[in-house]
Amino acid sequence: MSLRPKGEKMRSFYTAARVLRQLIHDPRTLVLIFAVPPLLLWLLKYVFDGQSQVFNQFAPVMLGIFPMVMMFLITSIATLRERHSGTLSRLMSLPLSKTSFLIGYALAFSLVAAVQAILTTLVMIYFLGIDISGGTGLAIVAAISSALLGTAMGLFASAFAQTEFQAIQFMPALLFPQILLCGLFVARDQMGDVLYKISDFLPLTYSTDLMKRIAMESSWSGDHRKDLLIILCFIIGFLIIGALTIRRQEKS
Amino acid sequence: MNVAVTIRDLSITYAKKDKALQNVSLEIPTGRITGLIGPSGSGKTTLIKSVVGRLKLPTDKVTVLDLPAGSAKLRKKVAYMAQELAVYHDLTVRQNLAYFTRVLGFKYSGVKRRVNETLRAVDLYDKRNSMVGNLSGGQQQRVSLGVALLGHPKLLVLDEPTTGLDPVLIENLWQLFHELVEDGTTIIISSHSMSEAARCDDLVLMRSGKIIATGAPKKLMKQTGADDVEQAFLHLVKGEEE
Repeated sequence: MSLRPKGEKMRSFYTAARVLRQLIHDPRTLVLIFAVPPLLLWLLKYVFDGQSQVFNQFAPVMLGIFPMVMMFLITSIATLRERHSGTLSRLMSLPLSKTSFLIGYALAFSLVAAVQAILTTLVMIYFLGIDISGGTGLAIVAAISSALLGTAMGLFASAFAQTEFQAIQFMPALLFPQILLCGLFVARDQMGDVLYKISDFLPLTYSTDLMKRIAMESSWSGDHRKDLLIILCFIIGFLIIGALTIRRQEKS
Repeated sequence: MNVAVTIRDLSITYAKKDKALQNVSLEIPTGRITGLIGPSGSGKTTLIKSVVGRLKLPTDKVTVLDLPAGSAKLRKKVAYMAQELAVYHDLTVRQNLAYFTRVLGFKYSGVKRRVNETLRAVDLYDKRNSMVGNLSGGQQQRVSLGVALLGHPKLLVLDEPTTGLDPVLIENLWQLFHELVEDGTTIIISSHSMSEAARCDDLVLMRSGKIIATGAPKKLMKQTGADDVEQAFLHLVKGEEE
C-alpha cells in the first residue's frame, strides 16, 4: 500500500522471522506441531480397523480439523504472551503498524502450518493409503487454508482472553460447536433447520466441505472455488478484527 | 533554555481508583537528567505514561518536543523503558536487539553495528548469545534498557531503571546516562530511591499524585536546610500537611 511508510512491508517479514526464531528455540513444541496430526490420523486408522470405508471418509476431513485446532491454540497463546509481557505495547510505541505486526504473525504461523499440512497429507496418502481423488496438491492447499483459518481465529480469540486459562477455554467454546456442526458427524442436510442455518455462518463448514469435495471429486469446480473464497474471507475478517483490538494507548 | 516536555494542568483518574495525578503542571528542560522522585503510588508511572503517549489524554495537555504526546512522529524520537521488561525471553540478547533495531528502520549493515554498540553500552557483549530467559533479573533489565537506547532517541524515559541492580552497575549506568546527555539526549528517570536523586540535574518530587517541589537537588536542600534529598522530601511533606 502506498500510504504506508517505506520499509513497512519489510517489518512484517522481520516480525515473522522473529516469531519463527522464538519457535526454533522451542524444539519440543515444533516436534509436537509436526508429529501429533500424523500420529492421530494413524491412530484413527486403527480405531476404524476393518471399516476402511468409514476411515476413508473421516480421514480427509480430519486433515482439515487437526491443523486448525493446533494453529488456533499456538497462535492464541503466542499473541496473548506478547500482549502480556509488554512487548506488544513496546512495539506499538515504535514505528510498526498494527497490520504489519499481524501480517508478520500470520506469515510465520502460515509457514509452520504449511509444513504441518504437507507432512500430514503425505502421511495420509502414502502411508495410510487414503485415496484423494483431487490429488495431493489440492489436499495440501485445503489443509493450509484451514490451518490459516485456525491462525486467524487464534489471533482473534487472544484479544478476548485475559489469561492463558481463558485462551485455552476458547478452543472448546469456539471450535467444538463448529466441529459438531460442520457435517463431520451428521451430514448438514440431515440436521434441523436452525442448526443448518447456523452452520452456514461457521467457517469450519466450508473447510470441511472443501476437503470432502477434494477427496471425492477428481476435478476442480466452481464449488471448490466458492468454498476457498469464503474461507479466505473469514481469514481476512478475523485478521481485521484482530487488528482493531490492538491499541496504541490505554484509556485513562 | 529549551523545553522538552510541557504539561498543563493534567489530572488523571483511573476507573474506580483515586486520582492518579492532580492538576500537574510541569516543564522539563532539554539536555538534562530530570528525576521523578517519590514513593510508589505517587503517580510517577502515570506521569511517565502520559509523556510517552501510552495513555489516552485530553488534547493539548502534554506537549513533547513541540508535538502533542502520542504523535506518530514521536515514535522515533522518544524511547521508553517500562518497569515490565518487555523483551522476548525465548530469544538471545542479540536477537532481541536486532529485531527492535530492524523495526526502528535500520538497514542491514547498520543493524549489526548498532546492536554491537548497544551491547557494549549496557555491558552485555559477553552475554550476547545467551537466551534472555536464562539471564539474571539485572541483566534482563539491561536488555530492556538496551532496546530503549537503540534508536538514538532525543528523549529517553526510564521508569525505575536501576531498581534491584548492583551498586557498581548503577554507577556505570549513571555514567552512561551522563554521556548520553552530553551528546544531547534529554533523560527523564523515575526512582523511589532518594539517594539516587542527588545524581539528577533537576528533581520533581511527587507524593499522592501531586508535585510537591521542583528544582536542582542542591537548591532543594538549601531551601529546606536539609543535608540530603530524603530530609528535604520529609521537610516538604511536613510543610504541605501543615
